[in-house]
Amino acid sequence: MPASQSKGASPFGASMPHSGGPALLEAYGIVKRFGSLLANDIGFFDVRPGEVIALLGENGAGKSTLAKILYGYYAADAGEIRVQGARREISSPRDARALGIGMVFQNFTLIPALSVFENIALFQNDLPAVMRRGDLLDRIRAYSERFQIAADPWQPVRQLAVGEQQKVEILKQILAGARVLILDEPTKVLAPQECDGLFRTIAELRAEGFGIVLITHKLREVLDSADRVAVMRQGRIVDIVDRARVSQESLLELMFEGALTAPSRPAGVPVQHSGADALTLAGVSTVAGAGEVALRDLSINIRPGEVVGIAGVSGNGQRELGELILGLRQPRTGTKRLWGEDASRWSTATVRERGVAAIPDDPLALACVPALTVRENLALGTGRRYRAGFAVDWNRLDGDMARSFARLGFPRPGFETRAATLSGGNLQRVVLARELALNPKLIVALYPTRGLDARSTMTVRALLAGARNDGAAVLLMSEDLDELFAISDRLLVLYRGTIAGEFGPADFHPEAVGPPMVGAGRKSDAA
Amino acid sequence: MPRSAALCLESALGAALRFALIALIAFGAFAALLMAAGMDPLKAYLDTILYVFGNGYGFSELLVRMIPLLLTAVAAALPSRMGLINVGGEGQLYMGAWLATAGALALADQPAFILLPVLTLLGFIGGGLWALIAGALRALRLVNETISTLLLNYIAPMIVSFFIFGPWRDPQSSSYPQSPAFADAARLPNFLHTRINAGLIYGLVCLILYWLLMTRTRWGLEMRAIGGNPEAARQLGLPVFRYILVVMFAAGGVAGLAGMVEVSAVQGRLVSELSPGYGFVGFLVAWLAGTSASGIVVMAFLFAFISSVGDILQITQGLPFAVINVLMAAILFIVLGRRPAGSLAR
Repeated sequence: MPASQSKGASPFGASMPHSGGPALLEAYGIVKRFGSLLANDIGFFDVRPGEVIALLGENGAGKSTLAKILYGYYAADAGEIRVQGARREISSPRDARALGIGMVFQNFTLIPALSVFENIALFQNDLPAVMRRGDLLDRIRAYSERFQIAADPWQPVRQLAVGEQQKVEILKQILAGARVLILDEPTKVLAPQECDGLFRTIAELRAEGFGIVLITHKLREVLDSADRVAVMRQGRIVDIVDRARVSQESLLELMFEGALTAPSRPAGVPVQHSGADALTLAGVSTVAGAGEVALRDLSINIRPGEVVGIAGVSGNGQRELGELILGLRQPRTGTKRLWGEDASRWSTATVRERGVAAIPDDPLALACVPALTVRENLALGTGRRYRAGFAVDWNRLDGDMARSFARLGFPRPGFETRAATLSGGNLQRVVLARELALNPKLIVALYPTRGLDARSTMTVRALLAGARNDGAAVLLMSEDLDELFAISDRLLVLYRGTIAGEFGPADFHPEAVGPPMVGAGRKSDAA
Repeated sequence: MPRSAALCLESALGAALRFALIALIAFGAFAALLMAAGMDPLKAYLDTILYVFGNGYGFSELLVRMIPLLLTAVAAALPSRMGLINVGGEGQLYMGAWLATAGALALADQPAFILLPVLTLLGFIGGGLWALIAGALRALRLVNETISTLLLNYIAPMIVSFFIFGPWRDPQSSSYPQSPAFADAARLPNFLHTRINAGLIYGLVCLILYWLLMTRTRWGLEMRAIGGNPEAARQLGLPVFRYILVVMFAAGGVAGLAGMVEVSAVQGRLVSELSPGYGFVGFLVAWLAGTSASGIVVMAFLFAFISSVGDILQITQGLPFAVINVLMAAILFIVLGRRPAGSLAR
């Protein structure tokens, strides 16, 4: 079938009323077990045309599992799925796509070397042997315009920013005939301004009668964009409520059943410890490779017992700054001192050995080896601590790490399971448990709560503040101003690789910190 | 832990069954080819089985063939656990043989208890340095190690040829280019009265060390970490640069041992056609074994058996030895067909 006809021939054509019609997708009595773990036990879930239904729940509540069952990625052990009122078997993503169900995963499935056009063409269900480029191209252009997706069809996907790639992924699903679109934590990978763009696209899709399932654990996104909210807890949907009848408090209550104590703002006065600064950067500049930001004449010092927050839009040198401190990147000019010693040329192993812990922004890519077990991952990067002859002292490691998980209040994953099988949030917990188990003296944290649910976020913040109170120095890079305001003792703004402002607690409000983050009016009240 | 023991047994049985099926399909396909060529495959197979298992000589020949396969397989498996593809076993084997020969010729008057350890060490160093070229190019991010190890395979035999046609040419065999025969003290001993030589011990020891390294030591863990996620390994402060150099050197050294065994035990001198592609077959063995140590033993045995089939076909049916490449390729295709693309390790 030529690609151009699939839209018109779609059983749920564009003439569908935008809301109130029969459900696009219904699920009854879905049960899914992984071994002894009950991952899903869903009484009823439906997606109606022209609505955004949010699947809300903390990490491990079963949101992704449900989505993957609807998309045919997992087979349910029991239950029934109806599409447009008719009972259907969805045993593979291919079946799901043929029935008009599309899903955008957290890790995109685009082929970086191919162009936008080629990626979309590849995904069409009935790609003819000889493509009629014109038809598809017209449709790509038409849809991009309608849904505010700016994409040059001939540009290779690898050249696109993450937010653009995500939109191409959405476009791909729509052009393949999807009427129900499942978005799995779509904002996790996006910068704030990209999020706005995504939600504009979602609004357009909703107005056109698409059913959108938004998987998230961010309350603000739910309150801003959802029509209905399905709250999940421990594999079950505890309630499906209309947006109009919920508040942040009632959603939190549903998510945690009162288990969440009110977020406490760690109390203010930092403990000042004597001795040398934990970290001193003096006039440091670095060279930038392709796609990197050069640090320019950066001077930062952090005392023990102090949290220094780095505010800024991501991509302004945060990752490069972290790499510089960890010894993954050398200063071209200037010096880096750790506890008074010139550490400009120290290897990463030495830096870590001296008591620097790193919490990277992308644990799966930067701090974990998916093919290894959790236990083996916990042993990596611990330097000499667990050496026992040629081997590793696994018993001692197990004990220390189990204590670390307990101290953090994280559920302890099976140490024998492979890291690849853990969810993103659980992997982040493994990394946190490892890095904080060794009582570090300087913690470099890049977006440490990105991808964590509300409860774990609170724990991590409390933990960083606690480490500070115990005399550790903390460098916290975050995009979440509330987070920075909550636990920083001082705030620096990083803009294009240089410090664009320094603020004390008195100036911790968005009006003061915001402008230098986007390069407006270089402000500095303290420096 | 009865449950995990049962699981182990189950997976071992499963592996054996899969292995049998693979062999069955490959030998069946090869039989069809032989039949199409007017040969009698059944007779060829029966002859081979009689030859290999019917008398001590045939079986000992098979074990002699296994030695270089075990060593070159370890040479491919070891770097692959770190994500490095070493297809240079052949060249490393030649250079190990070359340096061992240099030692044997220079120290000909030394007693065996000095000479043999020295030759073993030289064999290891010869192969190791050859692989280190590729390792250094990779560690410096200049040339991919797959390309460089492959290309170095073509240079090593030429260096050997240069020496046996030139400086090391045996004056007593003017017609055939080869080095002078090694002194008796430079010959690796055979077991009892068979042709099986002490190289088998080298092979088994290397395999056991490889297994211990990967499963029991922190170096094995760090190698697997580098192989599994090089960027994370770098961020966690693992010395990736040093690992690449050391592991490539060690892998090349193990392949070099195969060369040392060939000149010292089997040939007794350096010759130009030292290896009928042991390095390449060893890579295949490592690949098919999924880099597991026990799998390497099984696969090395299978491929040694296949080369016995080649011998028999050559002797009884007058077919060229190269015919068995078809059989090896058939096995490779079947295994590739049922495994997703990717690294050597499963």
